[in-house]
Amino acid sequence: MTPLVDPLLSGPIGLQEILVVVFKVVVAFAFLMVAVMFMVWFERKLIGDMQNRIGPNRAGPWGILQTLADGVKLFFKEDLLPDNADRFVFKLAPYLALIPAFLIFTVVPVGGNYSTGDGTVSLFGEETLLQVADPPVGVLFVLAMSSVAVYGVMLAGWSSGSKYPLLGSVRATAQMISYEAALSLSVLSVILLSGTLSTSGIVAEQSQWNWNLWLTGFIPFAIFLISGTAELNRPPFDLVEAEQELVGGFHTEYSAVRFALFFLAEFMNTVTMSAIIVTLFLGGPNGPMFGPEWLQSWVLPSLWFFLKLFVFLFVFVWFRATLPRFRYDQLMDMGWKLLIPAALGWFLILAGIQVASDNDDINLALVVIVGVAIFFAGMGLLMLAMRSSRRQRQLSGVTD
Amino acid sequence: MLLNQFLILSAVLFCIGVYGVLARRNAVLVLMSIEMLLNAVNINLVAFSTRWGVSGQVFALFIIAVAAAEVGVGLAIVLLIYRNRTSIDLDELDEMKG
Amino acid sequence: METTFDLPANIAFGVIAVAIIVAAIRVVTTRNIVHAALWLVVVLGGVGAIYILLQAEFVAVVQYLVYIGAIVVLFLFGIMLTRAPLGEMLDLTNRTMRVGAIITAVILVTIMVFSVVDSFRDEEVDFIAYSGDVAAAQTFADLSAEEQETVLDEVAAIGAEGTDLGPVGRTETVSDSIFRDYLIPFEVISALLLAALIGAIVIARRD
Repeated sequence: MTPLVDPLLSGPIGLQEILVVVFKVVVAFAFLMVAVMFMVWFERKLIGDMQNRIGPNRAGPWGILQTLADGVKLFFKEDLLPDNADRFVFKLAPYLALIPAFLIFTVVPVGGNYSTGDGTVSLFGEETLLQVADPPVGVLFVLAMSSVAVYGVMLAGWSSGSKYPLLGSVRATAQMISYEAALSLSVLSVILLSGTLSTSGIVAEQSQWNWNLWLTGFIPFAIFLISGTAELNRPPFDLVEAEQELVGGFHTEYSAVRFALFFLAEFMNTVTMSAIIVTLFLGGPNGPMFGPEWLQSWVLPSLWFFLKLFVFLFVFVWFRATLPRFRYDQLMDMGWKLLIPAALGWFLILAGIQVASDNDDINLALVVIVGVAIFFAGMGLLMLAMRSSRRQRQLSGVTD
Repeated sequence: MLLNQFLILSAVLFCIGVYGVLARRNAVLVLMSIEMLLNAVNINLVAFSTRWGVSGQVFALFIIAVAAAEVGVGLAIVLLIYRNRTSIDLDELDEMKG
Repeated sequence: METTFDLPANIAFGVIAVAIIVAAIRVVTTRNIVHAALWLVVVLGGVGAIYILLQAEFVAVVQYLVYIGAIVVLFLFGIMLTRAPLGEMLDLTNRTMRVGAIITAVILVTIMVFSVVDSFRDEEVDFIAYSGDVAAAQTFADLSAEEQETVLDEVAAIGAEGTDLGPVGRTETVSDSIFRDYLIPFEVISALLLAALIGAIVIARRD
């Protein structure tokens, strides 16, 4: 059983506790920076391989220092500020994009033995969880921060004082708000099964291979992966920065360090989104446990976590290399007419099953059959409504 | 912490909101001031909930939900007014004046 | 109740309160409508921080999720769809109304602060109701001052052991309250949201 609060903070708070927290913050930040550098290189190299090119190969062995070289270059470039720009907001926007990305990562448990222990490790003589913070409403915190991330994009586009960034940012905001709903609804299934909002609690519930991936029946996972990709504005949902249509999207007017910050935020978001998927659906640091005590508490859980994280980083790059970009109306149709109803319907079925299995006098099989029947009936009604609406619009000549 | 410090903060925030509602001409800005009024009320409710039960927090949640609905409809109306008159200045919307 | 938590909490409260008030004044005085929305974000974020000080973390996170994540984004969206001017606009405030509005606000704040100070003199925020037992909290409110002291000491002793008043479970208390005592208002709210959704679509639709 996992403790209700991080044991580090349940006793009196002294200097040592504060130092441990500061240490965790610094390590998490450093890790995220290194992970982003790796991710940029990994993405370019992998896409190079998939497109039968070589990719970066000059700076360092296998071009692994390429990101560092790019970063140094961007830091020494001239920092342009458009004449029309709203100076304060223009300077503020990159930080607004970056900070939520980091904050989301603070609630992700990156290690600790949840399978045979209670997830705590001993750090400088203090029992603690391997995550920077463990708020009792961790999952909601993740959702809140991912909706705050809209601001960076939106304000960047508006404050540039130029039309392509503005169009890009309006597109981005509409897309992110739409997919936020599907994202939240798919997370609801996880919360329903785990019965807790804390990330460490969700990970603890998934020990012994009780991964939410199969407990929730794959559908919420698929919805989360798709809407997560859309939330990240990554291909195939990268209409926000569609080079062929919008020059570069919301960051067209940005250069040098501020552009680097947007770039950093984008890749940081990819890493944190992968970490969140691993935490919610793939059991976080849970995995096969063997060997001595130090191996079980320090090495193996983190190893499993980073292995799973790596799989998702690969998947995101794979999406980018494989799938063509959506058209804007297709994107909105998929979000509102497919993902949100599917997530909601699936959540209702799961809730019915949950209630039926909690009460002995309710027939589980009957509930499942009725639930699925209602699901398909609702889907049919929705299809009917969409078809009649399309016919109506064709008749009135709004669309062809 | 005194209960009063929260209540006074809420009173000040409320009055700033009242000033905004009265003095602003732009419809969107008036809606923003209304949001500040609702938030002032919420601070009170949550502060009272520490002593008289979580009902205060529940009310605060309900108010947040109602505020979301209000902003949705309010902005739709503002958008419609803008589309018809290319202005959202409240002082110019005086056709109904007798 | 003298606890070590009090001084840092009061300092945090002071900082947050000043930030909220300054930002709120900027919302109602700034000449740039997008800046007004951004100052509103500061106000709402500060109010969320106040909720955290009051140990209402669920309301706080809902504040961030709904208000900052959705409502102000909606505002910004509305501003950008009507007009998104860069730079200052002069006609946002009604000059003739301004003096009257200031007088109204000042009188109102005087009355409210006076009545609040008069009725709650030096009552402490004690989180007694967060144990989930509302009936106990109500009897607590009826107790005399010394009896309240002893109860608070007992509660503090329990809280120090981390068994009863731990921070986890408060969200559960809120949800129990919603789905037991306030189930019908909750259903009405969902109907209201649906109605508002449909209404907004009908109003804003072009065809």
